[in-house]
Amino acid sequence: MNITVDEAKCCGAGQCVLVAPDVFDQRDEDGIVVLLDATPEAGLHAAVRDAATICPAAAIQVHE
Amino acid sequence: MPTPAPFPPLPVEPPSGCPFDPPEGLARLRLEEPLSKVALDDGSWAWLATRYADVRAILGDQRFSSDTSTPGYPVSGMTGGSPRPDAARGFIRMDPPEHTRLRRMVTRDFMVKRVEALRPTLQRLTDELCDEMERVDRSEHPVDLVQALALPLPSLAISLLLGVPYEDHDTFQRLTGTLLSRETGEEDRGPARAELLAYIDGLVRAKVAEPGDDIISRLATEQHARGELTHEDLVAFAVLLLVAGHETTANMIGLSALSLMLDPETAGRLREDPSLVRGAVEELLRFHSIIRNGPRRAALEDVEVGGRLIRKGEGVIVAVPSANRDEDVFPDAGRLDITRPNAQHHVAFGYGIHQCLGQALARAELQIVITTLLRRFPTMRPAVPVEEIPFRTDMVIYGCHALPVTW
Repeated sequence: MNITVDEAKCCGAGQCVLVAPDVFDQRDEDGIVVLLDATPEAGLHAAVRDAATICPAAAIQVHE
Repeated sequence: MPTPAPFPPLPVEPPSGCPFDPPEGLARLRLEEPLSKVALDDGSWAWLATRYADVRAILGDQRFSSDTSTPGYPVSGMTGGSPRPDAARGFIRMDPPEHTRLRRMVTRDFMVKRVEALRPTLQRLTDELCDEMERVDRSEHPVDLVQALALPLPSLAISLLLGVPYEDHDTFQRLTGTLLSRETGEEDRGPARAELLAYIDGLVRAKVAEPGDDIISRLATEQHARGELTHEDLVAFAVLLLVAGHETTANMIGLSALSLMLDPETAGRLREDPSLVRGAVEELLRFHSIIRNGPRRAALEDVEVGGRLIRKGEGVIVAVPSANRDEDVFPDAGRLDITRPNAQHHVAFGYGIHQCLGQALARAELQIVITTLLRRFPTMRPAVPVEEIPFRTDMVIYGCHALPVTW
């Protein structure tokens, strides 16, 4: 799995941080998504897919 | 006035006998005509989207405008909003790039880790309100959970963040109540809006003169001082955050508490295993879906949704309660299941770039209140039959006007 995020799209809702806190964080200055791990281990894949699904701005792309 | 359009009106009343269900008729529309036309009270009409997939498609597509001055925007009736691009509309009624620019000024204040850091404060406020409830002599009057806890907690929290003196809460609760009521006519709405604006205007001026450690002060001393934010935009910011932070969470707290009181088995599971509360709150958000008549949009160009063509200049109303009860996404959707695996896929906070900015705060408040109530008042129950509880069928945000409880 390889993840990319589009900072320009991100609206800072923060649901990705709640669902997959090991993979996503928010930047202190403006709350925009920060990708902590672009190639997470298999155990986190389900949570990452969930984060991408619920991201309201479709800012998370998952490449399997 | 033009002849009313030959379409049914927007459903607003819940089905008889089940105050927690979405307005009557939405389930049938979702099955039979998921994009239907509804008549608005000024004689115009709008599309009504009732299926989860269509609701997400519309809210996630920026070809649908949130700007109330866009031609076709359904301004008529509850939550339609002002058609004027007036100073107080706030970024919730703007499109990119202006929406993006303004929203990003306050995103950090509501991000997950900021809210996590607020948890001890939210817990202390909740405990203090519960202490006061315990001191009430219930022999004569039951406690109204709305006034005792559901409304004060989010009010205290947002007041603290914005730097609004809590002593003023009676003023803005009265004004927001007037503005968000379906019963309020334009003759009362105008003065209420003006009074709220005047109050916030004064507050902003006071913060500019003497800044504190709060969101309004920061916006005043940084963005406003740098010329990135006009005084009018700053006032609109404060109004939006104050109003949005009030009624929404308050009504979710009331409805959540009531539904758990009426479902002792679920309440018992949650009391025994408080770690279930995160999932439970998502399910309560999905189940109750308090936004009754929106959000609304206007098509900026022709867009196909769910096999229907929505034309440029046509208005759309999105039925959040219906989307969250869509059986294709949430099997057995009418049942409150606190371990539902995909509960968080709900659209109770909306979807798309306008999705609720304060959702992390709302989640934290709900999690804390529910856990605390279950622990401290395990025998709490409604003090009147459910039929006597005044539900807010007259309001944009659904909930209970009052919730008498005893224990």
